[in-house]
Amino acid sequence: MAALGRACLLLALAVCVYGIGASIYGVRAGRPEFSESGRRSVYALAGILTVAFAVLEVAFLHNDFAFNTVADTSSRTTPTFYKAAAVWSSQEGSLLLWAWLLSLWSSLVLFLTRGRLREVAAYATAILLGFGGFFIALMVFYAQPFATTSPAPSEGVGLDPLLRFPTMMIHPPMLYSGYTLCTIPLAFGMGALLARRVDADWIRLTRRFAFAAWFFLGIGILLGARWSYSELGWGGYWGWDAVENASLMPWLTGTAFLHSLMIQEKRGMLKVWNVSLVLATGTLAIMGTFLVRSGVLNSIHAFGGATLGVPFVCLIGVLLAGSIYLVVSRRDMLRSEHRLDSLLSRESAFLANNLVLVALCFVIFWGTYFPLISQALTGKEASVGPPWFDRYTVPLALILVLLSGIGPAIAWRRATLANARRNFLAPLAAALMTLIVLLAVGVGEKPFAIGMFCCAAFVLGSISQEFFRGMRARGAMAGEAPPVALMALVRRNRRRYGGYVVHIGIAVLFVGVAASSSFQHASELGLSPGQSTRVGAYTVRYVRPTASVTPDYDSASTQGGRELSAVLRSEPGVTLAPDSARTGASLSLGAVLDVSKNGHHVTTLRPSEGYYDSGDPTQGSVGHFIGGQPVSHVALNAGVTRDVWSAIAPNIETPQLKRIIALGNKTLPFIRPGEGIVAIAVMAGAYIHNPPQAQFHFIVSPLVMWIWIGGLIVIGGAMIAIWPAPSAVRRRVAARSRARAAHGLVRA
Amino acid sequence: MNLLIAILTLVLLLVVILVISAPLRPARRAGGIIRTGEQAAENRAELEAAREAKYREIRDAELDYRTGKLSDEDFAATDGALRAEAVEILDRLGARERES
Repeated sequence: MAALGRACLLLALAVCVYGIGASIYGVRAGRPEFSESGRRSVYALAGILTVAFAVLEVAFLHNDFAFNTVADTSSRTTPTFYKAAAVWSSQEGSLLLWAWLLSLWSSLVLFLTRGRLREVAAYATAILLGFGGFFIALMVFYAQPFATTSPAPSEGVGLDPLLRFPTMMIHPPMLYSGYTLCTIPLAFGMGALLARRVDADWIRLTRRFAFAAWFFLGIGILLGARWSYSELGWGGYWGWDAVENASLMPWLTGTAFLHSLMIQEKRGMLKVWNVSLVLATGTLAIMGTFLVRSGVLNSIHAFGGATLGVPFVCLIGVLLAGSIYLVVSRRDMLRSEHRLDSLLSRESAFLANNLVLVALCFVIFWGTYFPLISQALTGKEASVGPPWFDRYTVPLALILVLLSGIGPAIAWRRATLANARRNFLAPLAAALMTLIVLLAVGVGEKPFAIGMFCCAAFVLGSISQEFFRGMRARGAMAGEAPPVALMALVRRNRRRYGGYVVHIGIAVLFVGVAASSSFQHASELGLSPGQSTRVGAYTVRYVRPTASVTPDYDSASTQGGRELSAVLRSEPGVTLAPDSARTGASLSLGAVLDVSKNGHHVTTLRPSEGYYDSGDPTQGSVGHFIGGQPVSHVALNAGVTRDVWSAIAPNIETPQLKRIIALGNKTLPFIRPGEGIVAIAVMAGAYIHNPPQAQFHFIVSPLVMWIWIGGLIVIGGAMIAIWPAPSAVRRRVAARSRARAAHGLVRA
Repeated sequence: MNLLIAILTLVLLLVVILVISAPLRPARRAGGIIRTGEQAAENRAELEAAREAKYREIRDAELDYRTGKLSDEDFAATDGALRAEAVEILDRLGARERES
């Protein structure tokens, strides 16, 4: 079947080359049948890559270790759930996923826009096929997903334990959907410039795809933050990691684009901004993929080594040079049709918003790529850590949140001072009351956090006022009861009110970030059973150690399994765990922690550290079971007002435990792994009976949950904004009557 | 197995060729008449999209006025300008429909 996969890639590459040629020839020579053939090449590409992806998925699910990528990232004992996701845990599989998603989204946009903007679409087709061809060429010549080994190994290495987390199933497809969707507006923007059709039509056609890119990137970023917080052992949700930043940058410029495209649609303004933002977003998405795939920057996410850096740099260079050339050479066509009527207008607020978002992106770009640039210029590696990022992003984030409350309360084109006073009075009052309350309760020593809370209160006041006034206006005009008026208001103005809900979500999210960052209590120390420590207002007591052994074979049906069960019966405190958490750990050592506040029990936490089989025979017949990279399994008690988080790093380097491993390595043969795991059980028993001091990391963070709640609100608002209104659906189908404007309008 | 894969590959290749070449086959090429018709439909679709965008702007302006963001004078000026633009688009749509 690998041969079928390879054939698919070669055929896909040929289709890309043909489609690029046909599309460009069709539009340049005025031969629409060739442009149509080019469009159909995209459909064909989607079909071919679907077959290729299916071949690889089947190989994973059937444990076909002849495939190198299957052998490197999966095993017979990997749960099916994670086997399916392991396809994109490798460099090769992730490239195939990228190309496949690109082909699917490209097919969708070209199908939906068939018969519209033919010249623009033809160029866009060529560009999209160019991207597809690039990624397929990488798979054909550099990182081959269908490379095989003969004879095939009998077992695979298994999935990286850090990736055995449910959200890791969905996080990469979400991010890659976002990245690939970013190329759609880029392709159509370039197509519009090439075809010299820079009016708002291409934006109208691709707006939903720009929104979808923003949506999926946002979900991917949120899932990544959640994974970091819940799975990694450092207790944070955002570390300004290079790959985190790589996904945030196109999201920021995409946010700016979604705002300023409204201005181009309404007023014919900011054309240069819009086309530049679209090109920047697409280029940043490609650069993000470059960061992840080329291994040029150290990151917990970056898989595999280099080799792909040079092709990516070439592609990014072509994108940048082409974008700059197109914008500069078409600048006369991109002149605004109108000018700003007033600084006190929604257009001005959106422009300020764009400046802040672009500034944020620039700061993050500099901090992320600075190590590369520094190394290239000076030969010395430099690093930029969270404090540097925080210094510049926090003030910008404050301004951004404030603007998200100003924009909704101000009119298009022009607002008077009297109106501005009327519209901002209540939000300012909300912000002021928040400030007074916070100062009264004594939290004045964190100015940025206070600032963020006040800005969030301003936003909530502003948006609530918008909903209330809109509901009241609708109710007065239509004679509807408030709840009905509110539903009708939102249904008739989905983009506006969906956007307002997104702004609320962003404000809530930033409240969670500010509170959890500024008022966190953390402690890292060693504890022995019975000892306690204080973390903020909470007391944490180490009650007792825990240990569980998880053999990867049927423990009842083998000699080793029966021996293991017998040993464990004599080792109270050590359990034979069926690996219900599907961690794949051979051994888990942990602790039972009692958390109390003011003498009252709050919760019990059970953090643990998993030890994995390294598969390395040089570590001995027993040592290899726990010789792989240990992974922390944090314990978390999440609440509306605070999270209590804990992680443990047990000490397995004591003389007693090392002696057990050494003795096992010396006396037990490899061919009887059951006996090896029995030795691990004995070691676990020794750990329970004589537990050494363990290192603990405790964190009490207020309002972390509001980060996830804010994210969900953003998702909900986005769904409202993008959902087609029922009347719009009818108009697409019918719409042949000639209605005068006065009669053709319905109430807001 | 190798034969099966070869057959599958061949079938895939044939399907791809059929899909991609469909517009190029003589029966589907009708030259200028269809092109003109499709161009007209494209122009009409663009005008209809512009009409919907203008309706949305008019509703937005009314909503801004009713929620207190626009004064009476500003609303009158804005609403008048937007409605005039909408009528222009409707006139162009009507002219296109008469032509077709």
